[in-house]
Amino acid sequence: MDATAAPVDELDLIERLRAGDEDAFMSLVDRLQPAMLRVARMYVQSQAVAEDVVQEAWIGVLQGIQRFEGRSSLRTWILRIVSNIAKTKGRRESRSVPFASLVGDDVDAPPFDPDRFLGPGQEWSGHWSTVPGEWLGLPEDRLVAAETLAVVRRAIETLPPMQAEVIRLRDVAGWSSEEVRNALDLTETNQRVLLHRARAKVRRALEPEFTIEART
Amino acid sequence: MSEPDDDLTCREVVERFTEYLDGASTAGGRERIERHLAECLGCTRVLAQFRTTIEITGKLPEDPVPRDQREATRHFFLRWRETASGRS
Repeated sequence: MDATAAPVDELDLIERLRAGDEDAFMSLVDRLQPAMLRVARMYVQSQAVAEDVVQEAWIGVLQGIQRFEGRSSLRTWILRIVSNIAKTKGRRESRSVPFASLVGDDVDAPPFDPDRFLGPGQEWSGHWSTVPGEWLGLPEDRLVAAETLAVVRRAIETLPPMQAEVIRLRDVAGWSSEEVRNALDLTETNQRVLLHRARAKVRRALEPEFTIEART
Repeated sequence: MSEPDDDLTCREVVERFTEYLDGASTAGGRERIERHLAECLGCTRVLAQFRTTIEITGKLPEDPVPRDQREATRHFFLRWRETASGRS
């Protein structure tokens, strides 16, 4: 159950969906279909099959909305429908995707390069070997250069699928940790580890943008 | 309570930033992180960089639905609505 009660807007949206309102449905499509496709694609072998999954999920949503009790947010519930259908289809394709390949095989490794810290046996073992540089020339509020955004986008695209999805939902779309772990069927710990790892890599990708060496 | 052994290393502190920023640390855990940050320039910088990273990531536009895909979904919906109302 999500911590936040359904806001008025969401109750209104649910009512309109129950009544078969086209605009209400299309507003959901605009907000959720890209995420639905990405989540489906994690479990099935092709984009075409992922599109079938999404269509099936919409049927599930349109039928299920009559009984939807709002115990999770609408978007969480919808993504969960997608991943359930996609997992079933993936199994039928005998493409059971190992969890490890979704989350990334580096998930147990520390997200910061161990070389940045003093090694065992030294007096300050585990502390920075060189103090990380300060970031300079940070963008003013709201003014992030297109090229900086492109760096972030590329960094996210190279993440293992589940890490990418967690950071997209949490930091790009602004979902709560509870929504994300329910939507993607992750434990709280897993959700956090994946997000932390994803953020550490995006931070790393941004580092050259804001440190002196890169600016001279 | 706070024995020197209890102190976190930089390596341990940076591992906890997402938990810390989510407000998911225990009270004791939070206190240990803050005690470390008060004395550590490197970790303070990296925490600020995490916040900047999150802020910049939040400025990425979400993917739009391609127009033809959007139309296909709309038609699918209209067909579904017709059949559903025919049934009830």
